[in-house]
Amino acid sequence: MTVTRASAPRAAQAATQAITATGLRKSYGDKAVLDGIDLSVPQGTVFSLLGPNGAGKTTAVKILSTLITADAGQLSVGGHDLAADPQAVRAAIGVTGQFSAVDGLITGEENMLLMADLHHLSKREGRRVAAELLERFDLVEAAKKPAAGYSGGMKRRLDIAMTLVGGPRIIFLDEPTTGLDPRSRHTMWGIIRELVADGVTVFLTTQYLEEADELADRIAVLNGGKIAAEGTAEELKRIVPGGHVKLRFTDPDAYRAAASALREAARDDEALALQIPSDGSQRELRSILDWLDSAGIEADELTVHTPDLDDVFFALTASTVPAQNNQPKENAR
Amino acid sequence: MSSLALAARDTTTMLRRNLLHARRYPSLTLNLLLTPVMLLLLFVYIFGDVMSAGIGGAGADRSAYIAYIVPGLLLLTIGSTVVGTAVSVSNDMTEGIIARFRTMAIHRSSVLVGHVVGSVLQSVLSVVVVGAVGVAIGFRSTDATVLEWLAAFGLLVLFSAALTWVAVGMGLISPNAEAASNNALPMVLLPMLSSAFIPVETMPGWFRPVAEYQPFTPAIETLRGLLLGTEIGHNGWLALGWSVGLVVLGYFWATAKFGQDPR
Repeated sequence: MTVTRASAPRAAQAATQAITATGLRKSYGDKAVLDGIDLSVPQGTVFSLLGPNGAGKTTAVKILSTLITADAGQLSVGGHDLAADPQAVRAAIGVTGQFSAVDGLITGEENMLLMADLHHLSKREGRRVAAELLERFDLVEAAKKPAAGYSGGMKRRLDIAMTLVGGPRIIFLDEPTTGLDPRSRHTMWGIIRELVADGVTVFLTTQYLEEADELADRIAVLNGGKIAAEGTAEELKRIVPGGHVKLRFTDPDAYRAAASALREAARDDEALALQIPSDGSQRELRSILDWLDSAGIEADELTVHTPDLDDVFFALTASTVPAQNNQPKENAR
Repeated sequence: MSSLALAARDTTTMLRRNLLHARRYPSLTLNLLLTPVMLLLLFVYIFGDVMSAGIGGAGADRSAYIAYIVPGLLLLTIGSTVVGTAVSVSNDMTEGIIARFRTMAIHRSSVLVGHVVGSVLQSVLSVVVVGAVGVAIGFRSTDATVLEWLAAFGLLVLFSAALTWVAVGMGLISPNAEAASNNALPMVLLPMLSSAFIPVETMPGWFRPVAEYQPFTPAIETLRGLLLGTEIGHNGWLALGWSVGLVVLGYFWATAKFGQDPR
């Protein structure tokens, strides 16, 4: 198993870690949902836990946000030990779970004021914060309506607005964009970026690789209760050598001629396409082009593929079928 | 703020939330009020002649039976209201907001205490409504002193707190509203098996001890004694014992359940 880690020494980082977990375990019955995972999230960064459905992402968030207890592991959030002082952890964090944590029976504004009261803000301060966040999350118009009638995107925005009432320095977001339309998703990304700009630490779970790539400073891929790999998006992409140049032909004869000339290329007879392994650098590209010219091959379409997180994801999470880089992505699963 | 002040503040916030729910969606409360009012009218106007003959011998008039039945129905009203408590607690636990509360630095049991205080207020309000219906059809207390009225009120509040804590526990162990309503059914069935409608002495001998010592009968007899001047005897202590016992039991049961990891 490949596990890449930050090169900076752990001890030097320890003081500035917002979240650390060592040997985190949780089982339900005899099924180990989290089988000894280690995590550390530096302050002011976005950490993304990536994994297929059922990988244990939500369980990890539930444990780190004090909702449920771990079976084993040294856990610390915001400098407080989770087992010894969960109440201090709660004071430091904000949580937006996978299922909207809003009170559907009362209005958006009443939800916000409820949060203000629970954070022991004064009446005036509470009203100010609520009005400000409703404005920021574009909920002013809906503020007087019961939250049960909100659309998915509005509920999610209200959910995050409620999370922000107490000004938490560490925020857990469990699949914040699942089920949102593309526009709402981009709005959510903007919100998350703003939070990070304010120095907030964000612990994000997602099944969207693009989302992790866009937002996260560090990514851990969770699979079968274990961390399969951890690192920056760039580091993870280096794990799989998925880069290639793809040549497509419309004329079957030209395709066959090219295929017999380029013996090391992977063939896709149905699509009339050839894939030549390449890291996508200018030098390699030029040599490929020179080679095609000298062989007299004229492709109808040439595209350069660099490995993306999809490749990493499939390589790390497909345990039975090894991911083949020379196959189109659609066939990889 | 001291931790006690914080606990009080969080509980007040939770209570406000529950009262807001009750005010916004009064249908559940009103439905539950229907049961005791219907029973009162049914027993007085439909079964009334037989019942009054039964308790007072031939020639007894209806007003005697109204006097007999109203205290029992006031306590049945509480039983009926707490069924609603079990349902709303069970509903509430399926809401995502409860998970949010659990991850916030608030006084843990404030969520439950908010439900209990809200429900006790609702019970008292319902008792007042049913009591008013009783007075409208001719119920009068006989020479109850101010102290006796206060004691009657205290008994009603304490008894509703006891049933409410148990109902909250029932709501917490119920996976959905239907299950909660089934689990809380004894709260409206027990008054039927008490001295609410007929005196315990008229029941079959083997059943009498059950009817006599279950929580409702001592409370009903005590309330009767306070409002109508009948003999209270050991029922006062029994009622107090049951109420305090159930408050303590319900409190520890409910908070322990709420403290467990949610699934």
